[in-house]
Amino acid sequence: MLQIISGAVSLGLIWAIMTIGVYITYRLLEIADLTVEGSLAMGAAIAATSIYNGMNPYEATGLALLGGMAAGLITGLFHTKLKIPALLSGILTMIALYSVNLRIMGKANISLLRMDTVYTDLEKFGINHTNAVMLFALICVMGLVGILYWFFGTEIGCAIRATGANSQMSRAQGINTNNMIMLGLIISNGLVALCGALIAQSQSFADVQMGVGSIVIGLASVIIGEVIFNSKNFFQKLISLALGAITYRLIIAIVLKLGMPANDLKMFTALTVAVALSLPMLRAYLRPIKKSIKEEV
Amino acid sequence: MLVINGIYKIFNVGTINEKVALSNLSLTLKEGDFVTLIGGNGAGKSTLLNCVAGVHPIDMGAIIIGGTDVTKLPEYKRAGVIGRVFQDPMMGTAANMGIEENLALAFRRGHFRSLKWGITHKERELYKVLLAHLGLGLESRLSDKVGLLSGGQRQALTLLMATLQKPKLLLLDEHTAALDPKTAEKVLQLSDQLVSENNLTTLMVTHNMRHAIEYGNRLIMMHEGRIILDISGEEKQKLTVEDLLKRFGKVSGEEFADDRALLA
Repeated sequence: MLQIISGAVSLGLIWAIMTIGVYITYRLLEIADLTVEGSLAMGAAIAATSIYNGMNPYEATGLALLGGMAAGLITGLFHTKLKIPALLSGILTMIALYSVNLRIMGKANISLLRMDTVYTDLEKFGINHTNAVMLFALICVMGLVGILYWFFGTEIGCAIRATGANSQMSRAQGINTNNMIMLGLIISNGLVALCGALIAQSQSFADVQMGVGSIVIGLASVIIGEVIFNSKNFFQKLISLALGAITYRLIIAIVLKLGMPANDLKMFTALTVAVALSLPMLRAYLRPIKKSIKEEV
Repeated sequence: MLVINGIYKIFNVGTINEKVALSNLSLTLKEGDFVTLIGGNGAGKSTLLNCVAGVHPIDMGAIIIGGTDVTKLPEYKRAGVIGRVFQDPMMGTAANMGIEENLALAFRRGHFRSLKWGITHKERELYKVLLAHLGLGLESRLSDKVGLLSGGQRQALTLLMATLQKPKLLLLDEHTAALDPKTAEKVLQLSDQLVSENNLTTLMVTHNMRHAIEYGNRLIMMHEGRIILDISGEEKQKLTVEDLLKRFGKVSGEEFADDRALLA
């Protein structure tokens, strides 16, 4: 049982990076960006291919981050320069990335068994693989939370938040909203690709299908983080996102342990997100009913 | 300060819905002019303001602000010299950001945004003083989300944001239309106060004829995308609502068509 929990926590910590990326587009920019399905697999593909070809795993991971940022830039250009709706822009990049990722890897999957990864250095201290992943991911998440807390407090960071909050007002205050949307997409997809690179190295293989359904996992984690952990400021918000990602993984681990077939996992996640997203609507719908019941009593 | 030179704005060109919103319109505002702009439904008042602000590109003509031709500049670049307050109180502020965050965004209007901290301590002190000046008790609520404020408070805050960096031109687009009469009166007085204190060149659209007469030093009436009346100085001071309606009828050959204007 302890093994299951520590596995879920380490996986959750890696996915926390993606969750923060999804949060930036979905909540700060109010864009549901589907590029992430492609950029997650892209991060994995770049890291795995580079490591397989003898590159230092840290450099390979950095390269994956840059690849994801490029993917975000493409979506941003589709959306802001070519005026394609955001959702469709993301879908276009996502589909294109499927081919790009196959090109990068040259085949559908790459195995990294017995290769050095970013976790190898920690394992040398005698820490087992799961704990090494957990520790490395924890360091990454803490670093990212610090960097992003600082960044979104700067003048540019504030301008990105304002763009998502009220783009008309932002332009009236002299903010180039198109550039801010692009910057947000670049950062978000960079983080998602970084997450993909860390996943590939922790499970020792990269697969072109890896990203399928990842947006829903990201959204589920964002929503769980928001619902369970009531955060008062941006710092707490970032922490709650990481905790949301971990909680999601724990829930999945538990339902699998209780005997749900792994093949039903995606449906389970999709339904969870559907219910969570419809909560405000359901509440508003149920309120008058509750009231009338009370009146009758 | 503002020169509008023969501008045209045509919506839906070549379709059955083609509408000439502005037709060969020219207007010059001197520095410190406070112009009230009035007109019936669809006269083109808001379109004019939006064209000056850069929301809509114009089809012909030129717009010059403070000696700089801004005709081709995008909205966000023109914002450096223009302060704006909108009709919808929700539009001028970001509801899920704090009062001080909104002010800090406006404080950087027209300036390069870098990786420096988004709000400094010095600014906070300045905001407190300026908010106290509004007399709405907002100075003690700096970190409150703007979404918690009433419509009138939000418009007052938007006004402060529009004038925080002294603009060359202040555009007020029916900014009291969505408020109750008492609040509208207060926000108007505040606008007047800010305009005169900073000697701002201002263009204010209103549907209230009494307000158009009472405020500013010049009154302009639009009809079908053109300026049909331009009254200033002593003549404006003597003006009454009946005069204005009569003169509108004479110039346009129609009755003034704005339900809201007649009720006011």
